Amino acid sequence: MTIEEVQNEIIEEFAMFEDWEERYQYMIDLGKSLPIIEEQYKTEDNIIKGCQSKVWVHANLQEDKINFTADSDAIITKGIIAILIRAFSNQHPKAILDANTEFIDKIGLKEHLSPTRANGLVSMIKQLKLYAIAYQTQLN
Amino acid sequence: MELELMLDVKKIRKDFPILNRTVNGKPLIYFDNAATSQTPKQVIDVIVDYYSNYNANIHRGVHTLSQEATDAYEQARIKIQKHFNAKHPYEIIYTAGTTDSINLVASGFSSLLKKGDEILVSALEHHSNIVPWQMLSERTGAILKVIPMNEDGDLILSEFDDLLNNKTKLVFVNHISNALGTINPIEYMIEKAHAIGAAVLVDGAQSCPHLKPDVQALDVDFYVCSAHKICGPTGVGMLYGKEEWLNKLPPYQGGGEMIAEVTFEKTTYAGLPHKYEAGTPNVSGGIAFGAALDYMNSIGFDAIAKYEHELLEYATEQLKQIEGLKIYGTAKEKTSVISFNVSSIHPYDIGTILDKMGIAVRTGHHCAQPIMDFYKIPGTIRASFMFYNTKEEIDTFITALKKAVMMLS
Repeated sequence: MTIEEVQNEIIEEFAMFEDWEERYQYMIDLGKSLPIIEEQYKTEDNIIKGCQSKVWVHANLQEDKINFTADSDAIITKGIIAILIRAFSNQHPKAILDANTEFIDKIGLKEHLSPTRANGLVSMIKQLKLYAIAYQTQLN
Repeated sequence: MELELMLDVKKIRKDFPILNRTVNGKPLIYFDNAATSQTPKQVIDVIVDYYSNYNANIHRGVHTLSQEATDAYEQARIKIQKHFNAKHPYEIIYTAGTTDSINLVASGFSSLLKKGDEILVSALEHHSNIVPWQMLSERTGAILKVIPMNEDGDLILSEFDDLLNNKTKLVFVNHISNALGTINPIEYMIEKAHAIGAAVLVDGAQSCPHLKPDVQALDVDFYVCSAHKICGPTGVGMLYGKEEWLNKLPPYQGGGEMIAEVTFEKTTYAGLPHKYEAGTPNVSGGIAFGAALDYMNSIGFDAIAKYEHELLEYATEQLKQIEGLKIYGTAKEKTSVISFNVSSIHPYDIGTILDKMGIAVRTGHHCAQPIMDFYKIPGTIRASFMFYNTKEEIDTFITALKKAVMMLS
């Protein structure tokens, strides 16, 4: 599936929720259930400090696609990470570079990706794109 | 209940337009007062009136507007002087706020300290009262020492006594801790510091909303605060300094307004307070600062303190009922600030869910990382109350908090 297709799938899933409580409960559950990074990659080097919650990101290239894993010490942040990883992982570097995060707005979580939000998510997306640039260069 | 009537909170709440708004579809419950207080219309009106009727540059115009603005600005200085019971109006220096005031003093002491001198700072400090002194010690070679605290969040006074010696030149302590609400025994500390000839700066950012400090009775050398925590606007604050100290310290910033005479060879500085007030000041801010103090005084600090204490006790009792909740800062003397965590839930998660329900609390390390390191936690949730908050709001907050905990557990 393309990034856009995955994003549309997520939008459809979220459309089923009736209010913020259901949306957040779903994200919390996602955050709890997903072991999204291996302990060995939760290093100081991989940490993105967002003032309040910490985010770890790790990437590796499998053939010509990037696999991302990430984690956070805050569960809601972790839930959003799970959604972002689902959208961006296992994709070509070029596709990741071209993709946007507007779907987050459409699923009612816009406030979490505001640049002034001190949760590390904006820096995380930047980091995903930086990995994509790096691997893109490697592939060329 | 009696106290609530004494304060007429219903009537007071009508003074604050912002308390009528909703957040995420719910009536706003504002419990982040230790970060900034809300502004009553009496203060907003003063700012609007200034820009509508007499906006002008001050101290230098012969025209009517300039004269009116200058008068209002200087009248406000006198209000501040009277409020804090300073001996002279010129001992009140307008600044951009607490941080600016602290930096002014720290910068001034650069020329007075020498290598090996010692500066004491309390373990309960906000970053704004740590970093300027670290920079000062880097510049001068003076040594920064920390007065430790205990598990309750009280400073350990016996350790403070031991730290004081004839090399101690300065002591910095906040009147009330922003992260924990501890009221520090500043009278004792000032007396002890003076006995060995050290100067004392007290950071009043968190105390001024709740009590009325008397700088002469305290015999404090410097006292600083921000208007925005006392129902005033942001970007303005004050430095109180004893006349002798203000004369001793060099000017902070160069510019217009702070000079007596300028040639290219030499500048003679203006006298107090202008020596420290370079450039066009925050005129409307200064005037509104005075109006904010008028407003607070019209309610009365005794009534405020009593009512807020009642809110604190009520909220503390309710919070203690929640399983897994731990309160940080249980000092005997504290103001209406409660810092807490629930089990191992990240404060950020709880803050996010509370916001969804219209409740504003602070989460994080509250710019006091050393305190969080002491407790070995990433941060806390902090609820802080002002006289316009109510027990009903606390009830709603407790219900919302329980819901957040349930969702996150």
